Amino acid sequence: MLDGQFPILSLVTFLPLLGALLILLVPSRAEVSDQNVRWAALWVTCGTFLVSLIIWVRFDPSTADFQMVEQAEWLGGAVTYHMGVDGISMLFVILTTFLMPLCILASWESIQHRVKEYMIAFLVLETLMIGVFCALDLVLFYLFFEAGLIPMFLIIGVWGGVRRVYASFKFFLYTFAGSVLMLLAIMAMYWQAGTTDIPTLLAYDFPYGMQYWLWLAFFASFAVKMPMWPVHTWLPDAHVEAPTAGSVILAGILLKMGGYGFLRFSLPMFPIASDLFAPLVFTLSIIAIVYTSLVALVQEDIKKLIAYSSVAHMGFVTMGIFAMNEQGVQGGIFQMLSHGWVSGALFLCVGVIYDRMHTREIAAYGGLVQRMPLYAFAFMLFTMANVGLPGTSGFVGEFLTIVGTFQVDTRVASVAALGVILAACYALFLYRRVIFGELEKETLKNIMDLNRREILTLAPLVATTIFFGVYPAPIMDVTAVSVENLIAGYEEALETYTAAGGSTGFINLAGLLGGQ
Amino acid sequence: METALVPVPDLNPALAEIILAVGALGLLMLGAYTKASTTRLASIGAVLLFAVAAIVVIGQPDSRVLTFGGSFVTDGFGKFMKVLVLIGSAGAIVMSYNFIRRENMDRFEFPVLIVLATLGMLMMVSANDLISLYVGLELQSLSLYIIAAFNRDSARSTEAGLKYFVLGALASGMMLYGASLVYGFTGTTNFDLIAGIIRTEGMSLGLVFGLVFILAALAFKVSAVPFHMWTPDVYEGAPTPVTAFFASAPKIAAMALFIRVMMGAFPDASAEWRQIVVFISIASMLLGAFAAIGQTNIKRLMAYSSIGHMGYALVGLAAGTEEGVRGIIIYLTIYLVMNLGVFCCILAMRRKEEGMVEDIADLAGLSRHQPVLAFLFSMLMFSLAGVPPLAGFFAKYFVFLSAIEAGLYTLAVIGVLSSVVGAFYYLRVVKVIYFDEPAQPFEAPLASELRVVLGASSIVTLFFFVYPAPLIALAQAAAGALLP
Repeated sequence: MLDGQFPILSLVTFLPLLGALLILLVPSRAEVSDQNVRWAALWVTCGTFLVSLIIWVRFDPSTADFQMVEQAEWLGGAVTYHMGVDGISMLFVILTTFLMPLCILASWESIQHRVKEYMIAFLVLETLMIGVFCALDLVLFYLFFEAGLIPMFLIIGVWGGVRRVYASFKFFLYTFAGSVLMLLAIMAMYWQAGTTDIPTLLAYDFPYGMQYWLWLAFFASFAVKMPMWPVHTWLPDAHVEAPTAGSVILAGILLKMGGYGFLRFSLPMFPIASDLFAPLVFTLSIIAIVYTSLVALVQEDIKKLIAYSSVAHMGFVTMGIFAMNEQGVQGGIFQMLSHGWVSGALFLCVGVIYDRMHTREIAAYGGLVQRMPLYAFAFMLFTMANVGLPGTSGFVGEFLTIVGTFQVDTRVASVAALGVILAACYALFLYRRVIFGELEKETLKNIMDLNRREILTLAPLVATTIFFGVYPAPIMDVTAVSVENLIAGYEEALETYTAAGGSTGFINLAGLLGGQ
Repeated sequence: METALVPVPDLNPALAEIILAVGALGLLMLGAYTKASTTRLASIGAVLLFAVAAIVVIGQPDSRVLTFGGSFVTDGFGKFMKVLVLIGSAGAIVMSYNFIRRENMDRFEFPVLIVLATLGMLMMVSANDLISLYVGLELQSLSLYIIAAFNRDSARSTEAGLKYFVLGALASGMMLYGASLVYGFTGTTNFDLIAGIIRTEGMSLGLVFGLVFILAALAFKVSAVPFHMWTPDVYEGAPTPVTAFFASAPKIAAMALFIRVMMGAFPDASAEWRQIVVFISIASMLLGAFAAIGQTNIKRLMAYSSIGHMGYALVGLAAGTEEGVRGIIIYLTIYLVMNLGVFCCILAMRRKEEGMVEDIADLAGLSRHQPVLAFLFSMLMFSLAGVPPLAGFFAKYFVFLSAIEAGLYTLAVIGVLSSVVGAFYYLRVVKVIYFDEPAQPFEAPLASELRVVLGASSIVTLFFFVYPAPLIALAQAAAGALLP
């Protein structure tokens, strides 16, 4: 079933893979070939981005149905190759294709050995990430979701920093451990509903007793991926050790898979369990927001600081999503997208000075504004966006999630607002120590401002941050109908449940402990 | 008294076995009466024999056919398993083609013994009677004992053979003891009749004892915990192509036999054997995962890996359903493919000055010297760990799918979590290959026969996800044939 259309989603998904095969064929001998490989990767990712824009153009925001659907026989029986996007997933595809060319550009000079393998790993990773957001079959989703571990493991391990082996193992094993439980839940859903087709499962009512266990199994996977406190510890290690582009992809896209998973599976498929566990998610979210912000405050390593701030920002996302109202969910999605390019940009900024000085110690810098005015401007904009200054895209998401949560639980929203203040503390503190002050250190006296390639890398991110900060409507329009539909379905399920004599909220925990 | 002559049984169902038996004796004659070295000729002859046998097996009907008074059975399940066994044996001979010459094991008995072992395995797969089961099992085991010790100048190899023999004889003894108990309490050795008697009369205590002894012996043959102790030593001591052989064909035959005995002779005693199978499955998965962490020798690592993999395959048997059998069949197929590939990589670990090396540390920096080999080795490791989209993931997927269907949640959760622990040591190999500083390079290029096997194995492992439907359909049909 192709709807008589061109299989645009498959094309966007597998175009980078084709590019990787092409690069594989480039003979690897001289220095020249490295340059060819870089250009090839850049063209492939740019091409993919342009093609993916067709998805946005053809996307119909007035319906919550899946669009550009493709379906084909695959694993036999009920498991099919089923692709499609809706308002929730479509923009993540664009985000992925948008960040990839920038990652390639950011690796232009900093990656000097095994360039070919590096580019292949990134292109394969791109295919897998797009696949995650397009898959409309649980097994297919799991396939893309997990397969991304292989290239990321290699990227951290081969091109990473000093403690790369530790970081890559920790990243792989944490994520793998979370996901295998989800796999079992997927199997249980298969036997219960007779299919792993996501649109069918979205309409399927799972028995209440089963929902809790399934929700927990999915939560194990997404909480690690997100990452939520207390299973976030892999993230600072992975971020610090990964090469710049690897950090961008990690923060920009891989973390979003957790939030996307909550929106795609946990909420609509297990509404009763989501309602039951919402306080748990709120608790973990505000702990993440406050605790990791405090931890970020004392970091001496720039990348680590940004990594902890990522955890805090993902806390806003989970909080907003589980507020389960339009503002909260819309805000969660917006926050994920915005954090995608803002944190990506921050890591790129760190990469810029790391390439020059080969250290990420905050103490090694200071007074950079004297010699790097352009850099200081870009870094300031992204710092402000990270803090959530109005006028930047960071504000919209944070504001909406807090507004959404406020309607549900005032206390949670108040504590989260405290997190915004803390974010301002650590971000401004970082900015002051790195950029302002006297340029005293001898080593920094000759540091150069952004070169053309770096400007080209950061400019699209600057534009995006400001544009969507001032005018968030294009994103909101796309997501609105799907989010409304999601919430309507959720509330209907809760009503049916309450009408049937079920009690919502924590009282229900006894039901969980009592098995079925 | 005109029926004194026993009528000649229908030989057609056993045609493949007869071809192998006659062929093995022919190769033996050829070797014994030719002055010059005939190893290469015998190797080629053995592979041809396997090919002919495979064609004959494929040509047999899918329906259930009994012969030799009901003690020998062919059906869709047996056909599938026999083809797997033949592929495994042929792969082992191909992989040993240059190795045995280089390592001074250049004797024509080697391929002949593999043919005889394979003959035993085919009989195991087709056994429908405790007697024919034992005959097949012993023919296989005795050949394997000798092959393990084939490098007779090496202390490690002879030690491996002896260890294998002593422990294997113990297992055979248990098998015989169990079989005689079963015979004593049912009055028959035929699987169908045993199943019928259990259905009508239920399990007596003596029968349970017999079942447990048979289970213990079968667990020994598939190297499941707690009867796994021989595996690491034998794997490490035996010459590498022999280890590759041990890890593939005999495991498949023993697992097929395991399924056939449990499903054929004791289907109504599943309450009794299921708990035992669940236990040995969990124990094998956990031991395979944890004990492998400390290993430094790649062959020992593969031994623990195969213990773990047998644990995963047994998950399907624990489910005891058609889905479960389908899962095992898919699991064994993919396991066979991956194993042959991995051992090709291990056979490539050879340096001019030192000869064969087996330390994981020797792989350091392989990605610099031989990027293709490094990539394939790593992908095989990821596949063994069960990471999608590689074939190993689908193997695990189908066995756990059957476990969830059967409601064995604890088994499934322990299984997947032990696969995470297992992933650690597979990743360690990848880490050595990709992250560590280069050590001495290996001898390049790879021998062409290894390249063929490794290439085929890698293509299946890497691209299985593109078109998985045929294998799944075949496995479904084979499982359906066993459980009508």
